Amino acid sequence: MQEALRFLSPDAEPLDNADFIEQARLARRGAEPASRGLPLTIRGLRKSFGDNEVLRGIDLHIPAGQFVAIVGRSGCGKSTLLRLIAGLESIDAGTIGFGEDTRAEDVRVMFQEPRLLPWARVLSNVEVGLGRDRASPDAQARAEQALTEVGLDDKRGQWPSVLSGGQKQRVALARALVSHPRVLAFDEPLGALDALTRISMQRLLERVWHDQAFTAILVTHDVSEAVALADRVLVIEDGRIANDITVDIPRPRRRGSADLAALEGSILRDLLKSADETSEQ
Amino acid sequence: MSLVELLPRVRSLRLPRVDGLIPWIVPLAIILIWQVACVGGFVPSRVLPAPTDVALAGWKLLLSGELVRNIWVSFWRAGIGFIIGGGIGFAFGLVNGLSQLSNKLTDTTLQMVRNIPHLALIPLVILWFGIDESAKLFLVALGVFFPIYLNTLHGIRTVDPQLVEMGRIYGMTDGELFRRVIFPGALPSIFVGVRFALGIMWLTLIVAETIAASSGLGYMAMQAREFMQIDVVVLSILIYALLGKLADSASRVLERLTLSWHPAFQK
Repeated sequence: MQEALRFLSPDAEPLDNADFIEQARLARRGAEPASRGLPLTIRGLRKSFGDNEVLRGIDLHIPAGQFVAIVGRSGCGKSTLLRLIAGLESIDAGTIGFGEDTRAEDVRVMFQEPRLLPWARVLSNVEVGLGRDRASPDAQARAEQALTEVGLDDKRGQWPSVLSGGQKQRVALARALVSHPRVLAFDEPLGALDALTRISMQRLLERVWHDQAFTAILVTHDVSEAVALADRVLVIEDGRIANDITVDIPRPRRRGSADLAALEGSILRDLLKSADETSEQ
Repeated sequence: MSLVELLPRVRSLRLPRVDGLIPWIVPLAIILIWQVACVGGFVPSRVLPAPTDVALAGWKLLLSGELVRNIWVSFWRAGIGFIIGGGIGFAFGLVNGLSQLSNKLTDTTLQMVRNIPHLALIPLVILWFGIDESAKLFLVALGVFFPIYLNTLHGIRTVDPQLVEMGRIYGMTDGELFRRVIFPGALPSIFVGVRFALGIMWLTLIVAETIAASSGLGYMAMQAREFMQIDVVVLSILIYALLGKLADSASRVLERLTLSWHPAFQK
């Protein structure tokens, strides 16, 4: 079965991550390692584009190192919230605080599109992620290390155009990770990938989040992805947080397990119900 | 060793060379037919001299040094005019691509000037500069300016905004953003402009030299016409074709070197 899966998707990592699973179990059981992540506090956040009020007052606290998934129907404002957190849009009202002063390198974003520079080799694309540290003497070593972390160290000299979609997205992940960010925001990072590549990328995301202990904010339209990865799922509807669900299913989580499916089902039902109500109005 | 044993080796040796020759089959065939037509008497030599006669005329001019001198003069005019016009066009393309204000200020004017056929300015240019070097340089520069300006502007305007946003997120300064994102992104389009410009460069120069010059290939052809040396006229025309091809090949090599990342240039 595993062989078959690997055959179908060249990007798929080996599906049993026994080492990682063991590590995760140990980490959970023992004292929690001190998180490098930053806590995030949002108060009364509002944002409009023209007459269209996209976010209508968001209040939210994310503890350091938490993995939060934000789900909602398209146009609900989830991507806008992420862009505001990442500092890509200006805030109309309210505050976003990281608890302490941050450097630009502390907050990184990964998009649905890999956004690699087509004219730069894979390694220099990763070096872009170092920000102001690009000129430092260990820049190349750090970029190589980040590439190794996503399993692409053998592709360092390639042009992005020869990589597959999943590989490009892994390079984008290495670029986001290379500065060791303390908050990493994902905007539908797996939306354009095929199903098997998605699963292996989800495992990769979970692993790097576990290893590097940053605060992760994942915007996704895929509820099963949200419950599989996140500690907590926020449902956004009409620019407000409609539901805040803690996912206390122990890691490693088995995809397709009954608890995950039940949770996914209940979130989906809520989303669909509110969708029907809107359409009936 | 039998012939059969040799065959595969010979083939593997020869194929790449044959590949490079394929584009030249048609021109060589044309010259061959032309030669046959002239020698066979189908075409009177007053209308079209045989390729061998043209080659002979070329050989004589080469020995007298006249050919090299004229080619060099034309080449120099083309090059300098290209650098001046292309440089200014590139600079305007950059500034107008990067600055809304500058674009609003100058683009309309440039578009109006662009719609004047630059060769229509020849009478005016002769009045201004006489038939000295600056007249030719001015016309070539003007002709070359627009394709490079337009394509540089277009290239910069169409750089993927998502990449620009990515560059800003990762803390690139304006200079870095230009060097690492905007300029490389605009380069394929700039090369399209360069290749258009090379065509216009030769066209302008030859017309200008034919009408108002005392040296250069265009002048050589006009002189030959006066003395009914039709072989030299045909020779000049063939040289234009070769120089045009040379310029195009040079820009292709440059493209290949700088755009090796581009899927279209990968093998």
